Amino acid sequence: MQTTSPTNNGFLCVPLRASAPLREIRLLSCVFIAAFTLTAQTGSGEKATISATPAAVTASKEDPAAVDRGSKIFAGHCASCHGATAKGITGKGVDLVRSLYVLDDEKGILLTPPIRDGRPDKGMPKSGLTDAEILDVAAWLRVQSYGAGHRTTYTFLDVLTGDAKKGEAYFNGAGKCNTCHSPTGDLKGLGSRYTPQQLQGRWLSPTGRGGAGGRGAAAATGPSRSQKTVVVTLANGQTVSGTLDRVDDFNVTLHDASGAFRSFTRDNGIPKVAVTDPLKIHIDMLRTYTDADMHNMTAYLVTLK
Amino acid sequence: MTFRHLTLALFATGLLCAQGLDRATLLKQPVDAWPTYNGDYSARRYSSLKEINSTNVHQLSLLWSTRFTAPPNTLPGAAPAGGRGGAPGAAPAVSIKATPLMVNGVLYFSSPNNAWAVDARTGREIWHYTYPPNTGSTIGNRGLGMYGNWLYMETPDSHLVSLDATTGKERWKVQIADPKLDYTSTAAPIVVGNHILAGIGGDHMDNPGFIQSLDPETGAVQWKWNTTPRAGEPGIETWPDEYASMHGTGQTWIPGSYDPELNLYYFGTGNPNPVMAEQSRKGDNLYTCTIVALNPDTGKMAWYYQPSPHDTHDWDATEAPVLIDGVIDGKPRKLLAQANRNGYFFVVDRTNGKHILTTPLIDTINWTKGLNANGQPIPDPAKYPKPDGALVSPASGGATNWPAPSFNPETGLFYVGVTRTWSVFYQTDTDDHPEGYGGVDSSAGGDGGSLLAIDYKTGKVAWKHDWPAGGGAAHMLSTAGKLLFTGNGSNIIAFDPANGKILWHSSLFGNPSAGPITYMLDGKQHLLVIAGDSFYTFVVNH
Repeated sequence: MQTTSPTNNGFLCVPLRASAPLREIRLLSCVFIAAFTLTAQTGSGEKATISATPAAVTASKEDPAAVDRGSKIFAGHCASCHGATAKGITGKGVDLVRSLYVLDDEKGILLTPPIRDGRPDKGMPKSGLTDAEILDVAAWLRVQSYGAGHRTTYTFLDVLTGDAKKGEAYFNGAGKCNTCHSPTGDLKGLGSRYTPQQLQGRWLSPTGRGGAGGRGAAAATGPSRSQKTVVVTLANGQTVSGTLDRVDDFNVTLHDASGAFRSFTRDNGIPKVAVTDPLKIHIDMLRTYTDADMHNMTAYLVTLK
Repeated sequence: MTFRHLTLALFATGLLCAQGLDRATLLKQPVDAWPTYNGDYSARRYSSLKEINSTNVHQLSLLWSTRFTAPPNTLPGAAPAGGRGGAPGAAPAVSIKATPLMVNGVLYFSSPNNAWAVDARTGREIWHYTYPPNTGSTIGNRGLGMYGNWLYMETPDSHLVSLDATTGKERWKVQIADPKLDYTSTAAPIVVGNHILAGIGGDHMDNPGFIQSLDPETGAVQWKWNTTPRAGEPGIETWPDEYASMHGTGQTWIPGSYDPELNLYYFGTGNPNPVMAEQSRKGDNLYTCTIVALNPDTGKMAWYYQPSPHDTHDWDATEAPVLIDGVIDGKPRKLLAQANRNGYFFVVDRTNGKHILTTPLIDTINWTKGLNANGQPIPDPAKYPKPDGALVSPASGGATNWPAPSFNPETGLFYVGVTRTWSVFYQTDTDDHPEGYGGVDSSAGGDGGSLLAIDYKTGKVAWKHDWPAGGGAAHMLSTAGKLLFTGNGSNIIAFDPANGKILWHSSLFGNPSAGPITYMLDGKQHLLVIAGDSFYTFVVNH
């Protein structure tokens, strides 16, 4: 997939000046977040497959009742050859999810003839379905296809595979999370606020983003303990400090303790600028987590109700 | 000068008119034109111009700037952000990711569904062509190709349109891939000889990838090369079966480079499908995530090198294949270098694809078990996307991406923007027969970005510049004026390419969104910077 670099987190959701042009994939990501919040955890442990998820039905704008009826009709009349998910069965029925008949269909115009009349040359019998039933099957098939092609409608599987006890030990031990956080203080109720997948993204990268861990979510508003601060040391040794507004190689802007906006031109590193990011430890920790640490921590954090 | 004679000769053949592009220009490294996506076939994005140079760059001044607008011309349901992943009906805006062409004082460029001709002296519009509304993805358009007086543009619904460069009138259009199968096209066509080399895109429905050569006069297909093999073809052994290969994708998103002496066209291919559910495509999955060398006359493959065998992280190998005429171990060599999205820098011999070196671009890579004897990263199955998530660096967007790097033959350094990022890769489809993406990834943060200057002989970083507030893949241009131009934080910045010292900058309304270009016009060197919907042209005032 065609993308650009992920430093560009949040590009859709920041002002154009923050450089939308490079930020293509993040556009997708931003959309993900909205979709993910609509998507329930399944955690069923069953083999996941493409199905007409509620998100896919909604996004495809098909009639949910027709899709529901079509799903049942397909299971009874078509699935034995085309498979329960319409992906086809080798030697029996072809994959319909990637079929042009489905991808191009509108209102059953393309799908009705083969379903009604069969395709005798291909060994497909007449379905015996009524025209109305065929339209329902067509609606369900279109959602199957739509769901396969639209990542925003995907459903997360079981994220809670970790060991909460080990997660707790990591929290208080190697992870040193308890240096800054408390399960009965700032993290109280954390597990109730997010789905496990959202929570996993959020604790890994808690930069005020949305639940998907997400690329593209809007930054948290208002002052917070994640606010970056900056100290500017002028040529005469005087220092100005405050909350960081923006910095690049040529300028640094901040709000000082009085709330006043201050702006300084930079030229080859002068004045000196020292930015403190309270969340830097989270970034540094990314280099150290094993996937087991990650899953254990998530399993622990969801218990903080 | 033979131009006059050549022009007359071409008139006689009916191919070109005086306003058009002299085909011989494409075979040179021209200074008075920017006739193809990368400025010349080498993809070095290096200009021998030095009127603007390190001693006068501080005098670089704005000559003109222009903002371009276009009516909304996507249909409801169009996916602006990459095919079937996008937001239905999102408001279109002009976002220019095209590297403009500059031929005979006219700039030609595109955005999805739009093409423009603009007076390079003033920035004033000469014509604006709009393609009919369609539901194709408007993720981007990398630019136009030019042959004689004809321009070529790919469209979101996968047509190749030929325009009259003088008038902007449509000459013809041909479908190059079926948009209903989720093909969407963004590449800049590359003109080689009498071939229009047109890549395609779209990877949400496991559609097979290919590149085509089209007739510049008629749009007829001259040849088509599939990026994944069919039964009986070499490479099929890297797939479980033909069915998997046929649905293995490997799109040709980004234009490539060309060596006229070897008569080889080099380009990279995109990710295999299903993207993040690899269980149905065990094997290396040739020729996805691969650098390929094709004969442009026949469409036959000469060699390949695969930077990401069995990719599961969406790391297209479509970054610019940069041609370097260099020296390795005291011997002159024809080389090809690529800074790959997967986090590594590769150099191969472009005569035969033999591996020369692989070095990391970032220090956070965690998805490999090392390199094999051929310098290819060995993917660690533990870092394949998992239902409960696998924490991987780099993120799906990669250590770098499509914005073109630059190679400067004077410094021997390769300039590329990189970023150190992580993503949690979730597999969402564990079926034996997954389809589509089969997973998603969500960002887990990043540790900043840098501009790297890499010695092609060793793959080692000669100098780097860490951006104060992040940055990643960025558009590069270097010149014989001892300058390297790139963008960060909505600035266009000039560096000393030898040591990374900042020499000049100008603040823009947006970050550079396409490669800056340079050319002589009326005896004066111009620097053109593209940022979002606006162009800025700079010159040195005397």
